[in-house]
Amino acid sequence: MNTAPAASLPESARDANASLRRAISETRRRNAGKVRLAGLQGAGEPWQWCLGGALALGILMVLGLLLLVFWNGLVTFWPRPIEQVRLHDGTVVAGEPVRSQTFRPGQEVLAALDPAPRSGIERNDGMAARTLYRTGNYDLYGDDFRWLPDYEIAEVSRPWDLMLVERMEWGVFVGRIVAISSGGQRAPVGDVRSPDLIKRHEEARRRWQSIRALERGEIGAVNHRLEQERLRLRRASLANPEGGTALDAARQRFAEREAALKAQHQVLADRASGMRRAHEGDLVVLADAAGREKEMPLGAIVRFYPANDLSLAERLGVYLSRWGEFLLDEPREANTEGGVMPAIFGTFAMTLLLVLVVTPFGVITALYLREYARQGRLVSIVRISVNNLAGVPSIVYGVFGLGFFAYILGGSIDQIFFPERLPNPTYGTGGLLWASLTLALLTVPVVIVATEEALAAVPRSMREGSLACGASKWQTIRNIVLPRAMPGIMTGVILAMARGAGEVAPLMLVGVVKLAPELPIDGYFPFVHLERSFMHLGFHIFDVGFQSRNSEAGKPMVFVTTLLLIALIFAMNVSAILLRNRLKRRFQGSQF
Amino acid sequence: MNQTSATARPASIEFGPTVYHVSRGSHGEAVEISDFDLWYGAKQALFSISMGVEAGLVTALIGPSGCGKSTLLRCLNRMNDLIDGLRIRGRISVAGQDLYAPAADVIAIRKQMGMVFQKPNPFPMTIFENVAYPLRVDGIRHRAMIAETVERSLRGAALWDEVKDRLHESALGLSGGQQQRLCIARAIAGTPEVLLMDEPCSALDPIATAKIEELIDELRGQFTIVIVTHNMQQAARVSDNVAFMYLGRLIEYGDTDTVFTAPKNERTQDYVTGRFG
Ligand SMILES: Nc1ncnc2c1ncn2[C@@H]1O[C@H](COP(=O)(O)OP(=O)(O)OP(=O)(O)O)[C@@H](O)[C@H]1O
Ligand SMILES: [Mg+2]
Repeated sequence: MNTAPAASLPESARDANASLRRAISETRRRNAGKVRLAGLQGAGEPWQWCLGGALALGILMVLGLLLLVFWNGLVTFWPRPIEQVRLHDGTVVAGEPVRSQTFRPGQEVLAALDPAPRSGIERNDGMAARTLYRTGNYDLYGDDFRWLPDYEIAEVSRPWDLMLVERMEWGVFVGRIVAISSGGQRAPVGDVRSPDLIKRHEEARRRWQSIRALERGEIGAVNHRLEQERLRLRRASLANPEGGTALDAARQRFAEREAALKAQHQVLADRASGMRRAHEGDLVVLADAAGREKEMPLGAIVRFYPANDLSLAERLGVYLSRWGEFLLDEPREANTEGGVMPAIFGTFAMTLLLVLVVTPFGVITALYLREYARQGRLVSIVRISVNNLAGVPSIVYGVFGLGFFAYILGGSIDQIFFPERLPNPTYGTGGLLWASLTLALLTVPVVIVATEEALAAVPRSMREGSLACGASKWQTIRNIVLPRAMPGIMTGVILAMARGAGEVAPLMLVGVVKLAPELPIDGYFPFVHLERSFMHLGFHIFDVGFQSRNSEAGKPMVFVTTLLLIALIFAMNVSAILLRNRLKRRFQGSQF
Repeated sequence: MNQTSATARPASIEFGPTVYHVSRGSHGEAVEISDFDLWYGAKQALFSISMGVEAGLVTALIGPSGCGKSTLLRCLNRMNDLIDGLRIRGRISVAGQDLYAPAADVIAIRKQMGMVFQKPNPFPMTIFENVAYPLRVDGIRHRAMIAETVERSLRGAALWDEVKDRLHESALGLSGGQQQRLCIARAIAGTPEVLLMDEPCSALDPIATAKIEELIDELRGQFTIVIVTHNMQQAARVSDNVAFMYLGRLIEYGDTDTVFTAPKNERTQDYVTGRFG
């Protein structure tokens, strides 16, 4: 306030100032020599380089991982050539070369070798090269893959007529299509692109599809109704005393309906079995590279192509058709082939449900903590506990979800609402709903913390402006505070979503399965079945990569599925972020 | 803090009793403050303030920084309720009703007392919605009525001509002065009886300030206005009555001309002549 010029200061004050200034510069001089660390920090350079380097390394590693997934995921479906290999002992093997490596052959193997290759290996420090071939033909040889050491190979060629045949069962077949036979008549196939073969194959596929549609659709519907009748009878028998008229009436009704439905079922089943007979009579004869023949229904072939005789356009066609199958179809062959549509759907549905649950729950909690609760020790304890919840291992949530949601909550729901289905659980076991709730619990701290921060960041002047207009506390929160905090809340939800969508461990306990028979949404009342178990991309990766009969066969699928999971989470995050930015633009204009 | 009576009284001994001049009012008092004390926790911020605010006139609160002008102003619409540990003693009544009576309806009080803040604080909504906010809060849905009120308020705040073509654009796109006038429009849209303004021009440039002063002049008579200001010229220009506060005490209160030209208290004299503050 009083800023009089220094000259008018009394003499003593000026002396005091001067001595203080001297003391400070003295201390600085002394410290400059002593505190080396501070000096380094002051200069900054080495630390900056270290930190920058660490950051760059981290980013590089993440990029490398993404690139690896990306590349491997993208090339998986690209059709590769087939090599036909003749070994020294005369065996002929054909397959897609997958990768090569060097290895050290055992002593007894070396001893049995001819001198020429043996000396070659010895010159090489005892190392030899070998190549892994995807030979397929699991039904003939009990193996999908085979390592072939270089020293056994006499000749490698790429015959133009070798085919890669993808089948519904037994994995791929590598060999030639010899003939098609129906009704005992065998017609040889001369050309790899024989129009007759292609036409017959399309017909057979259509037939197979209509068999499946019939079995899933109409027969499934009849079975569903039959099951409903059975449940109705059981309900009646639980509700009414034995020997009463009501129960008798229900039994009577059930008998009538059952008879009618069974008759319907019979008609449909006859039709289906007729079609199945046609399916099984329409055969194709395959022969592997060594000439061993195999007969199978033409309709059980998904796709075939002459791998060494493809134009670029045809390759692209195969590639795209495989992607289409992957994205839109159901899995087959214990998940190592076919599509992942149910898993995409499951992941998506679960994440959506998770967001729907976690957002209101987290926001309401944060609103209470920040706006309504009396700030004191209790609220601090609650806040700390919430923060710590985020650090609990996720499998613990899985156990809790199974115990509390599925067994206690779901068990009670079954007792009350679905007694007729017991002992089969309806809600009393893992399912989509319980999985979402478990993950919501897991991720709710993220939303609470983000929302609290967003609420705290709403300027006081906004609240006061609203209150001064005569708005109540709730009106102020709803009209002013929440919209302003919305971008921050959305950030929390996005983080929660990303965490939830990538979580697998707890899901294995509360509802994710290897192969779900039905989607959680279908045409039967009530159309959305949240109690059903479901498939999940994360679990799919685990299952295909580490639980299948042949990890080599699952490997490409692991990459593609990982790519897909990353893409799905990325897409969901991007859309959430776009939404948030739109909100932000709406609520933050220029201030002056 | 329990010896409140012991600390409250000596104030008048140190600074002398409040000097009251004849105020310029003729329509009676809109707000009556009597023997009002206020504590922030253990710290007393207002010391037995007694004054009447004349209806329909502009009353300026002046005084050095930290003397309690905002505190007093924010007691008039109970904005201080948000602060923890606030205690008051004494009485403020508006139209005969005790603001701090236990049964008083805070929301009704705030609707009676419009407020304009130091920094313009338009809501992140359209211009139209900003002005309509007090009506929406009242649950009024009648479209024509809302539109009419918005136009009347914007005209009242001398902003209509500038924004009538962009009513449905964000209010955050307005200039600072426009934003402040928008806040005034918002305050008068709720048809209050009293307008409280806490340094409404301190964030504005001279031209915008002149506009707001002009506006205050136009609003005189329609509303009772209490304005806090640091600017002596402004106080002299716009106000009818002036209250000078110092360290939580009301030192001198009366019609503007007298307080500025013939102050009785020496501190008032020093302050209005710019010798300290
Ligand atoms: N929320 C609060 N808690 C504690 N003390 C406060 C609070 N608000 C204000 N005070 C104190 O009360 C006194 C009066 O403050 P007030 O804001 O009313 O001053 P003012 O006259 O408006 O000052 P200025 O002209 O700088 O705005 C000051 O000493 C201030 O430190
Ligand atoms: Mg102030």
